[in-house]
Amino acid sequence: MSINLKDRGSINDFQSTSASDRMLKQQSKKDGLFAKKSELRGKIFIYSSAIFILAATVAITIFLTEKGLQSFFVSKLNVFYFLTQTNWTPDKNHFGALIFIIGSFTVTFLSAIIAAPIGVGSAIFMVEIAKKWGQKFLQPVIEILVGIPSVVYGFIGLTIIVPFIGKHTGTLGYGFLASAIVVGSMILPTVTSLAADALKAIPEDMKNASYALGATRWQTISRVVIPAALPSLLTAVVLGMARAFGEALAVQMVIGNSKVLTHTLVHPTATLTTIITLSMGHTTDGSTLNNALWSLGLVLLAMSYIFIILIRFLSTRRKLG
Amino acid sequence: MNARLTNRIATGIIVFCALVMTAILAAMLGYILINGLKDISWHFLTSDSSSFEAGGGIKNQLWNSFYVLIITMIISVPLGVSGGIYLAEYAKPSKWTAFIRSCVEVLASLPSIVVGMFGLLVFVNFFGWGFSILSGALALTVFNLPVIVRVSEDALRSVDVEQKEASLALGITKWHTIKTVLLPAAFPGILTGVILAAGRVFGESAALLFTAGLSSPNLDFTNWNPTSQHSPLNMFRSAETLSVHIWDVNSVGIIPDVHQVASGSSAVLVIVVLLFNLIARGLGSLIQKRIAGKQ
Repeated sequence: MSINLKDRGSINDFQSTSASDRMLKQQSKKDGLFAKKSELRGKIFIYSSAIFILAATVAITIFLTEKGLQSFFVSKLNVFYFLTQTNWTPDKNHFGALIFIIGSFTVTFLSAIIAAPIGVGSAIFMVEIAKKWGQKFLQPVIEILVGIPSVVYGFIGLTIIVPFIGKHTGTLGYGFLASAIVVGSMILPTVTSLAADALKAIPEDMKNASYALGATRWQTISRVVIPAALPSLLTAVVLGMARAFGEALAVQMVIGNSKVLTHTLVHPTATLTTIITLSMGHTTDGSTLNNALWSLGLVLLAMSYIFIILIRFLSTRRKLG
Repeated sequence: MNARLTNRIATGIIVFCALVMTAILAAMLGYILINGLKDISWHFLTSDSSSFEAGGGIKNQLWNSFYVLIITMIISVPLGVSGGIYLAEYAKPSKWTAFIRSCVEVLASLPSIVVGMFGLLVFVNFFGWGFSILSGALALTVFNLPVIVRVSEDALRSVDVEQKEASLALGITKWHTIKTVLLPAAFPGILTGVILAAGRVFGESAALLFTAGLSSPNLDFTNWNPTSQHSPLNMFRSAETLSVHIWDVNSVGIIPDVHQVASGSSAVLVIVVLLFNLIARGLGSLIQKRIAGKQ
């Protein structure tokens, strides 16, 4: 046995002693060393990028939270007053931010009410009814429209929608209605395109089974496709709402910017983003008003975390389904 | 019969929804392009903007938009692509990875005005860079990074596992495999995503309001000294971009020809974004074809 092994070893040695083999061996040694170094370098680069992303997120959260809490700890504003009162008169040191919070939520819900049915309906049209040109033509066009800048929507709202509403209601036309139409059309392509992806993910077999049972197209859509895609469809709408909640400039252009709580849809009011947009530049760092604006920013940050949690919840539902 | 009738009505409503949507979007694009094109002239594109007189152009704003875009891309593409590589290739399923994934998600869903406020706090005030191109570009990096990460991760994941395994089976190290096999194969997807993201960055305004500022010095395009205040290349000067300009003239500006300037600028903005989209799609499929053709 042992002799045999030895023999084999010596044969191997003999084989690898040809000139080209030796060169190859050396080459691979060199490469190995070099590869190890570059492997390490690559790994360091990749990991540091990942850590950078992590650091950026943590930094944003911590810095904005710290800055946003200063109005309560440094300027001694009352948190309870801040969140539940609607009196915002910085000159008299009244900082009740509820008008802006109500304003933001109203714009968000109204625009979702406009965008959700039309968006989901259009997605059903693209995926279930006009499959061929819906997916070949309509979907790319909608995806392109997702990228149209929000100021452009705001500008159109300002030049067409606001005068139109004003003419028909006898007001100036600024307010929730104009904002909801502008933001609703802005999130419409987003909602449609995400909803179409959700519907496409439903297996053909499920639909075919329903059709084979003699169900009409609407029965299949309403009882098979929509229930199966519901969590994803809701995710599409929530993502649209998150975008609506954070939209600043387009809303600012059409909402009228008065710090008054309004009970109608066609009178000027304000939201969290619009008051920040307008006032931030005119305040000095460290003043009470400035700190109060950072607290409004903190409310925006908190809401975007809540939207994420909502989407997470919906996606666990999707997995269970 | 009843089911059939419901089917017809429901189909009608769905078609109506699609029609409404197409109508809204077509009317919007049509309005911007048809109305705006007549306000675009060579003079409009190549003259300085005016803060109170009629007849101002958008030369500096247009330049600023592209300059901020380029700086943003130079910073965010390498970071974003390697973030994507990390998530697609290096990350093991663990709490740590889930945390990084959540971070990307948080960054992606931050309202852009919040990103702008963060930029104001850190880049403008803390680092003392003031309202500048650099502050704006860094804020936009925060805004753009999650998009690039997602695009790269998706593109890398869609590469055939066999390709990767073949490379690893040949004894090629992981990093070398990523560099020479995965990245080239994922290149068309990443490129398309990056150009689409560029269109988004180009039109972004809220994040730039408090970071790049609302004004721009009149640029002297014969002065390429990056430290001069009027040089187009200076990274530490305030820089109003095109989309901020549209908001600015409509909301706080006092020029008499607001409508002309705004509609012309909107048309330029929309045309550039549309071009980015068409190039992204065209280039992506072209490279895909080239790669497929070689095999």
